[in-house]
Amino acid sequence: MSKMYYRELYCGAPVRFWMGLATLGSIIAIGLGAAYYMEHNGHWVTGMSNQVVWGLPHVFAIFLIVAASGALNVASIGSVFGGPLYKPLGRYSGLLAIGLLAGGLMVLVLDLGRPDRLIVAMTQYNFKSIFAWNVILYTGFFAIVGVYLWTMMDRSVGKYNRPVGFAAFFWRIALTTGTGSIFGFLVAREAYDAAIMAPMFVIMSFSYGLAFFIMTLITAYIWGDREIGDLRLTRLKNLLGVFVGAVLYFTLAQHLTNLYVSQHHGIERFILLDGGVYTQMFWIGQILIGSILPLFLLYSPAFDKSRWAIVAASVAVLIGGFFQIYVIVIGGQAYPMTLFPGKEVIESGFFDGQVADYAPTFPETALGVAGIALALAMVAVGARVFKVFPETLED
Amino acid sequence: MSNKSDSPSTDRRQFIGGTLAAAGALTLAPGVILHALAANDKATAGASGEHRWGMVIDTNKCADGCSACVDACNSEHALEGHDRPATDAVWIRPVKLKDKQTGHVNRLVMMCQHCEHPPCVDVCPTNASFKRVDGVVLVDRHRCIGCRYCMMACPYKARSFVHEALSDQSVNAPRGKGCVESCTLCVHRIDAGGMRTACQEACEKEGHAAILFGDLNDPESEISRVLKTHNSVQIRADLELNTGVRYLNL
Repeated sequence: MSKMYYRELYCGAPVRFWMGLATLGSIIAIGLGAAYYMEHNGHWVTGMSNQVVWGLPHVFAIFLIVAASGALNVASIGSVFGGPLYKPLGRYSGLLAIGLLAGGLMVLVLDLGRPDRLIVAMTQYNFKSIFAWNVILYTGFFAIVGVYLWTMMDRSVGKYNRPVGFAAFFWRIALTTGTGSIFGFLVAREAYDAAIMAPMFVIMSFSYGLAFFIMTLITAYIWGDREIGDLRLTRLKNLLGVFVGAVLYFTLAQHLTNLYVSQHHGIERFILLDGGVYTQMFWIGQILIGSILPLFLLYSPAFDKSRWAIVAASVAVLIGGFFQIYVIVIGGQAYPMTLFPGKEVIESGFFDGQVADYAPTFPETALGVAGIALALAMVAVGARVFKVFPETLED
Repeated sequence: MSNKSDSPSTDRRQFIGGTLAAAGALTLAPGVILHALAANDKATAGASGEHRWGMVIDTNKCADGCSACVDACNSEHALEGHDRPATDAVWIRPVKLKDKQTGHVNRLVMMCQHCEHPPCVDVCPTNASFKRVDGVVLVDRHRCIGCRYCMMACPYKARSFVHEALSDQSVNAPRGKGCVESCTLCVHRIDAGGMRTACQEACEKEGHAAILFGDLNDPESEISRVLKTHNSVQIRADLELNTGVRYLNL
């Protein structure tokens, strides 16, 4: 194989880069303004309430955090599992992972009731809390991926690349296990008491992360007028197909197991049949757009080597993934908790037995979108400042 | 040290080992002692493990249409409403139930159940949710970061997030915008030696006496006597949380 040269990414017309960055900057500024508005007035100005305590910002944050850990896959395949076609993409994989995690964490932190007390979260740990573990897992991820990038970019420390790659791989598995476990150990809520959540989140991360990776990689190479070979893209595309299928399999296993337990029939009926917007999001968003459409685009011979189809499939995976997390996070909370089995609530001072209303408001949406903008802005600046992208990815 | 044997001398190793152990102990000891002291401190400040405070609610006595306990709780803790039921703080709420099979109707009040094994305390990342040695589950408003994980974990929907700015707070219960809160079992009264909560007082005043507060650890207390002679249930007993609030005739 010929020697690989990496070069900073410049686009053909500089104005395109600066305009792009300015747009992302404005979106971030609007998001920060929205966060200030929500903190200043209190959370009542959002759609969140004492029944749906985690709203749209959590959906964005979890989506980005899960995707971040998955974005590191390509680097892992390159240096841990020794895939030569993936190795040149390792640097970008690391950069994208850091960007996505930063975007997700910004949203998560700014949605706290007291974001000013972040220092308390960093200094006071209850090790029985998965959240406390996640604080360590998230900050550690930055450090490990940072060192990982260093071993990829600096020849003098290149010999440590493999062990650091291994560490990063295990760390990222731990990170998504931790994120999934947030929803795996809430015994009180019927939607969240399944240990399958942890491995399912790991596989979701593979899928969303790779979709983000493929989409932004193709965009960057068009942007910088560089070449990507079909062979490499076909590899990535096939891998995405496998991950999408795996997410579908886990979803099936999750719902089939629940359907066996009569205690869970209520929540399953709610998500799968008569949950209104959540049922639609599940079937149309997650299953149709997020699973069946991309599988068709990726595997149909009609779209063989079509880059348009690969990008469209990646976008569909991301849209479906977003709905999947929305249904898990918000649908799971909207469904009423069973406090009194066998009894019907005929009167309550606090919405017992009722499906909770939730409609996201503009500030929440703006904060969430700002998280994506921050991730993209970090990637855009990182790719321009560091030698991240190979000059060419021809086969 | 002997030079006659060719086996290596262990004296030096012992010396090095001993020094290391001593250095280790010296490094760790102050921390361990401080930690122990701190833990001790927390345990003795105002609460005693000899007690376990709890409540019994007699659903037969909880009167239809009555909201005396809710009003009393709101005024005791200055829980002002903004006419936004989804986001206003609710520390205690009436619930009316009908048995799906038999049609039997019950009315009761729900609040923080002050569990022995509180899920909210388990999930709190910063230890802001905590249980006192006397069984009262509280939120440290200086440590709460407002992540709401405890609200996700609570099986009783007992917690409220402060959704708006506060004014005219009561000294009985300092609150904080952006923090989570719930029934304190009128801990300010307990610590002042009182034996009745605001809700119990209001319920008695209405002539219902559906709420009884007391020490579950004291076999002579009225609550212990009632619980010993009557069949009571815990809500969601399947979770094995050993709640401090029990219900009669449910």
